[in-house]
Formats: sequence, structure tokens, C-alpha cells
Amino acid sequence: MREIKYDDIVKTIRDTIIYSGTVLPKDAYKALSDAYENEKSPVSKEVLKQLLDNADIAANETKPLCQDTGLAVFFVKVGEDVKVVGGSLKAAINEGTRQGYEDGYLRASTCHWDTRANLKDEIGYNLPAVIHFDLVEGDVLEIEYAAKGGGSENVSRAMVLAPAKGRKGVIEFVKQVISDAGPNPCPPLTVGVGIGGTFEKAAISSKHALFRTLGSRNEDPTLDSMEQELLTELNKLGIGAMGMGGTETVLGVHIEKNPCHIASLPVSVNVQCHSSRHTVIKL
Amino acid sequence: MSKTYHLTAPLSEEDVVQLKAGDIVYLSGVIYTARDAAHKKLVDLLDAGKELPFDMKGAVIYFVGPTPPKPGDPIGSAGPTTSYRMDSYSPRLISIGQKGMIGKGKRNQDVIDACVKYKAIYFGATGGAGALLARQIKSAEVIAYPELGPEAIRRLEVVDFPLTVVNDSYGADLYKIGREQYEIKD
Repeated sequence: MREIKYDDIVKTIRDTIIYSGTVLPKDAYKALSDAYENEKSPVSKEVLKQLLDNADIAANETKPLCQDTGLAVFFVKVGEDVKVVGGSLKAAINEGTRQGYEDGYLRASTCHWDTRANLKDEIGYNLPAVIHFDLVEGDVLEIEYAAKGGGSENVSRAMVLAPAKGRKGVIEFVKQVISDAGPNPCPPLTVGVGIGGTFEKAAISSKHALFRTLGSRNEDPTLDSMEQELLTELNKLGIGAMGMGGTETVLGVHIEKNPCHIASLPVSVNVQCHSSRHTVIKL
Repeated sequence: MSKTYHLTAPLSEEDVVQLKAGDIVYLSGVIYTARDAAHKKLVDLLDAGKELPFDMKGAVIYFVGPTPPKPGDPIGSAGPTTSYRMDSYSPRLISIGQKGMIGKGKRNQDVIDACVKYKAIYFGATGGAGALLARQIKSAEVIAYPELGPEAIRRLEVVDFPLTVVNDSYGADLYKIGREQYEIKD
């Protein structure tokens, strides 16, 4: 049994949240640079220039990349042979989140669903974090973290298609979601697609797909070809950076699949804005 | 062809009517922040026949909920939030003198119509460029609803705040015009 200290997890999560809020990951920075080089519209090119400058300023001055510092989302792979000592794993992740948002001068965006009150109490510190646990064999503790902003999350959609709709139906649905979203989710975007499973499994998969490194190819040849086709089709929409019109709307499409019920074809699209803040931690 | 302007807020009708969708504007002067909850409170005040916390004549409202400032800074990161959530309030404020809105994303037809009828402008700022935009904000002071936290109304002094005209006072929409120009139909 491998022991990991509660305090070490808290500190790691805290530091990760501050770093992710201020430093754009290399893959996202490169994807934005490539989009800047390729963009045909002068207006969108200027927007992309501002986004690259913004990433430099944020990193140099340790300032949040975006004022929407998101809700904290975690995918946690925890080995059966791991024991957290000094407190629970879930409590450690939440406490690290609280400290990270407070110490990093990040915005606390969690509020009551109905009153919309954002008080400096438990939920005002951006708690609770959204945590997806996956129990695995061995003594691994791997934590994937993303700060998920509201603008891009708001245009995300899930749907259960009739199986007869097939691959074509999935592609049409993704195109419709991105077309309807237009300028609202802060393009250029990363598009996560979850296919199969149940209603919620497809949605969780579409979010998890956003964590894959931008520019990487899907190991499954069928999904890889769908990703390439979708990337081309979505960029034909002409939405451009911040919806001002242009050729570079989507930086990457990442698909995850699951086996599904014979009667169903669930599909979910989770949209990620250009500020693609994600980090993987191995403890 | 897109033109570039340097303007000072509050804006006059003359400032507004020269602008066309796609123009670039560097805005200086005094603007006010307000998001969803603050807009609701402003409209509630109007309904109750009470005075607003700032003069709406020529006012430019920035839809933003900044991060907390680091010690020594006037404001934290401060990029625009998605504007459609203000659609049900903006026409009312425009009808009593508001001249400019700064946000990101589509507006509904009521807002576009109000911009034409009362001569107002919807500016797009670059979403997510919170650190870059904060550099152009020289001072920030909470003037109403401190209990709303990031959604409180703030009076900002800005210098050369970079904007693009999305909806002008003639009904044009850059989101439609720009997209049509680059859309590839098979």
C-alpha cells in the first residue's frame, strides 16, 4: 500500500490551479500561433494577435489569462493500492481548490443555482470542485485538471440519436452545435465529442476528450478520420476568432467513444474556448 | 473598408453615427461595469421610479466580472462576458440614454433594433484577453452593489481600450457579415 499525504495533495492542487490560471499550456499556445499564421481575415488575425499577447502578459505578470477562471474540474485516476493519510482524497482536492482560487486572486464563480448569490462562504471559494473518480489497479494517483469557463460550457450539448443516424448523424449534430454557438464560446475552439455509452457517459467523455494534447492524433483510425473531417467541416463555417468572421474557428476536434445500448446512439459535444487551461498531475 | 477611431466616453450621438460594423475603436474616458445581476437591479430601480447609481446619458457599459485585483493593481483580469444575458435589459437602458455596450457574442433583434432607434453601439472586445485588457484600465472604483462581488458596478477610467464595432446604429451585424464572407458552402 502506497501512502500519500493529504497536505502534499492540497499543496499540489493549489499550485496547479494558480499555474493553470495564468500560464497557457504549450499545446494551446502553439495551436493559437498556428491559427494566427493561417488566418485569412485581418479582423480575426488581430484578435489572435491579442490572444497571444494576452498569454504572454498573463504569464509574465502572473495574472489570470481570463477573468472567468472557471469551475475546477478534475478527472482522478486513483489506484486501489493508494492510501491517503491525514484526510480524505476528496477533501484534499477541495481544500487545494479553495486555496488556489484564493491565493491566486482567481475569481470565485460558484453561486446558488436559484438566488445566484455568490457569498464568501463555502461555495464562494469556487467549491465544490467537480470531481470524476476512476478506480484503477495499482498504486497510481493521476489527476487531470481543467478550469472550465461558463461561456464555452453554456453552448455545449448532449443528444441521444437514433442508431440509424450513424456516423453522418453524429457529424451533423457536432456541426449544428458549433454553428449555433457562433461567436459566444470565444472561438477558436477545441471541440470534445463523446460518442456512445449512456446519456451521462457521453457527456463525461466529451469533457474528458478536451484534456488530450492539441495537435495529437486519435489512436483509433476511424475516430481519427472523423476528427480530421470535422476539423475541416467546422472551419468551413467561417465563424473565425471571436466570431468576427474567418478561416480559423476550431483548433482541434477530440473524440472519445464508448460501447452503447443497441437502441441508442448518445452523442455529446463539450466546447472549450481558446483559453484551454488543462494540466496533468502525477503524484 | 474598416476604419479606426479614437473616441472618449461618455459617447455623443455624433460619435455613434459615424461608426460602422467592423470598425476598430480605441476608447478612452469613463465607462461602467455591470453584468446580469447588476442589470436586473438597474431596471428594478427604473421600475420603482428611483435614481440610478450613475448617469446613463452617453454611458458605455462594460459587461465584465473581473478577478480580484492583486495588491497594487486597480483591477484584476477583465475581459468581456457573453452579452446575450443582458439582452432583456439593454433596450430599456438604451432608451434612456445609454450609448455603448461592450461584451462578446450575439445580441438579439430587440437590442439591434434599439441601437438603430436610439443611436447606440454594441462593441465586441476580445473574450479571454483579460490580462491584456486590464492593462488599459487605469482606475476602478465600486460605486454600487458591492455585495455582488465580481458583478458589482464599477466606474472605470480606460485609455485606448481596444474594441471592434459589432452592431452599429444602422442595423448591421459583424457576426453575420464576417461569417458570410468566410463561409465555404459545398
